[in-house]
Amino acid sequence: MAGAGRLRAGPGPGRLPWPHALPAALPAALRRWLSSPAPPPRVCVVGSGPAGFYTAQHILKNVIHSFTQTARSERCAYYGNVTVGRDVTVPELQRAYHAVVLSYGAEDNRVLGIPGENLPGVYSARAFVGWYNGLPENQDLKPDLSCETVLILGHGNVALDIARILLSPLQLLRKTDITDSSLAALACSKVKRVWLVGRRGPLQVAFTIKELREMINLPGTRAVLDPADFTGLESAVKDAPRPRKRLTELMIKTALEKPAEVQAAAAAGAAAAGAAAAGAAAAGAAAPREWGLKFQRSPQEVLPSADGRRPRGVRMALTRLEGSGDSARAVPTGDVEELECGLVLSSIGYRSLPLDPAVPFDSRRGVIPNSSGRVQGVPGLYCSGWVKRGPTGVIITTMNDSFDTAQSVLEDLQGGVLDVSLSREGFGLVESILHSRGVRPVSFSDWEKIDAAEVARGKAAGKPREKIVDPAEMLHIIGH
Amino acid sequence: MAAPMAAAASGGSVTRRLLRGFSRSLSGGGAAAEQPEAAVVNVVFVDRKGREVPVSGRVGDNVLHLAQRHGLELEGACEASLACSTCHVYISEPHLSRLPAPDEREEDLLDQAPLLRENSRLGCQVHLGPAMEGARIGLPRLSRNFYVDGHTPKPH
Repeated sequence: MAGAGRLRAGPGPGRLPWPHALPAALPAALRRWLSSPAPPPRVCVVGSGPAGFYTAQHILKNVIHSFTQTARSERCAYYGNVTVGRDVTVPELQRAYHAVVLSYGAEDNRVLGIPGENLPGVYSARAFVGWYNGLPENQDLKPDLSCETVLILGHGNVALDIARILLSPLQLLRKTDITDSSLAALACSKVKRVWLVGRRGPLQVAFTIKELREMINLPGTRAVLDPADFTGLESAVKDAPRPRKRLTELMIKTALEKPAEVQAAAAAGAAAAGAAAAGAAAAGAAAPREWGLKFQRSPQEVLPSADGRRPRGVRMALTRLEGSGDSARAVPTGDVEELECGLVLSSIGYRSLPLDPAVPFDSRRGVIPNSSGRVQGVPGLYCSGWVKRGPTGVIITTMNDSFDTAQSVLEDLQGGVLDVSLSREGFGLVESILHSRGVRPVSFSDWEKIDAAEVARGKAAGKPREKIVDPAEMLHIIGH
Repeated sequence: MAAPMAAAASGGSVTRRLLRGFSRSLSGGGAAAEQPEAAVVNVVFVDRKGREVPVSGRVGDNVLHLAQRHGLELEGACEASLACSTCHVYISEPHLSRLPAPDEREEDLLDQAPLLRENSRLGCQVHLGPAMEGARIGLPRLSRNFYVDGHTPKPH
């Protein structure tokens, strides 16, 4: 339930009492087995994000619509602060449960693999997002926001989210659950300009229209899109699928709009959003912060400042596109360009990590090899979410994908692929293993105490919550 | 109404609501549930297996909450805050044309819904009125091979 970085998500076993009313048209062998006292099938889900919860919900088959209700349900138990692969292994889980579902997401990021990538002032988007969202492991980031220009490498929703946080008026951020320490850092920020730089063209951007529109309408800012980047694209997308067409048309419209029109639209949008936003828009009208998109530039090297303490810019190879649509490839032309900046964020994708030697892992694609969520070569092991299909998609993608995996688990439970005649101990076995290793799991009611503490702390400041970023403090609240 | 979370309004906001916002459980379903005098509107849901589920709602009922109150498998990950597409439904004609047109924000989210059709809407944005009497409201049906046949990877 809590994000994986705050309390490590652990196994959430579900006991599945077999339904009492049995449909008539069951195979005879199954009917005989079901009518004798049978041990309940036990399922463990590793990971308590949306994928883990949607998979659990669909396996339980009660129509429950909130993760809280699922976690509180009698047929489900949540155990946090357990690191699978260290505190308990996957083979141990497989001995304790009839089915184990891996839904542990993507906790790492892809690397650029270019010189200068490890300079101070070059961060992965994942670490930066973790920083402002209160993930304990990223609280020491201390990004230096004293430069004017930031380069974000990547054209996805994460890149847009970072631009939004860097350029949002402070009055708007203060009312959210962004951490107090990030707010303090942003209050001292000198950042005025953010470029999102991608290797390919406008037709290959990975962000979605809702997030783009929000950025275009961000009070106090101005979108800088070069009309030359969009020459001929209006007709190119005339017959494109609706999402690509609408997204491209919005970029074209924004590129062609005169600054005065954009300001008026942003001011109108801000007025609708309330007094704080309108005030920010008015202030921004004088000297707006800027953001823009740069295309067909592939980073070659992060260039250091004279004292080597921060970036001074990034050398880019200019590219041309071979092929079209999603499969277009960026090929260097031989020309280069230097883009000046004081901070670089690499937003080129998250990446899953292998969990346990017993679990097959495709390191090239960064996923667990599977078919409809059934892990290849390991009966009884399943996966859902980003670790199953890669770290892309919005919430509905993860939801549908989790239902797909849950369907595989149910089919295998009902069809005899999993031997449910053998009783499995479930968490009882895991508990004794954890105890012998000195690991004390966190229960859902413990989680609710921490949740309540965060909400209470936020109230005084008019925030939905003030996130607790120190795991020791969280454990202290629940008396661990 | 959910507390405003401006900085959480894009990208990870849905996940943050799912993971953190659940001290409040999902409320019953809108103003109409508290107005016993509101007129009845009869609709038929068609669930993901094609089964028809006739439902009597009331004027003002939100289709997402109505579906959930009647045990249908319709998710509302963002709690009707126009931040996701999980409540995607199909509305029959002529009922669809009688509804107020979707605003730009709903259209943006419909872009992300798989199996989008001409008669797609977000359930949380559709409210029952007399013009919805007899409407058939379908839930999209994803085949098991959805991720194998021609599924294009989504942006993130």
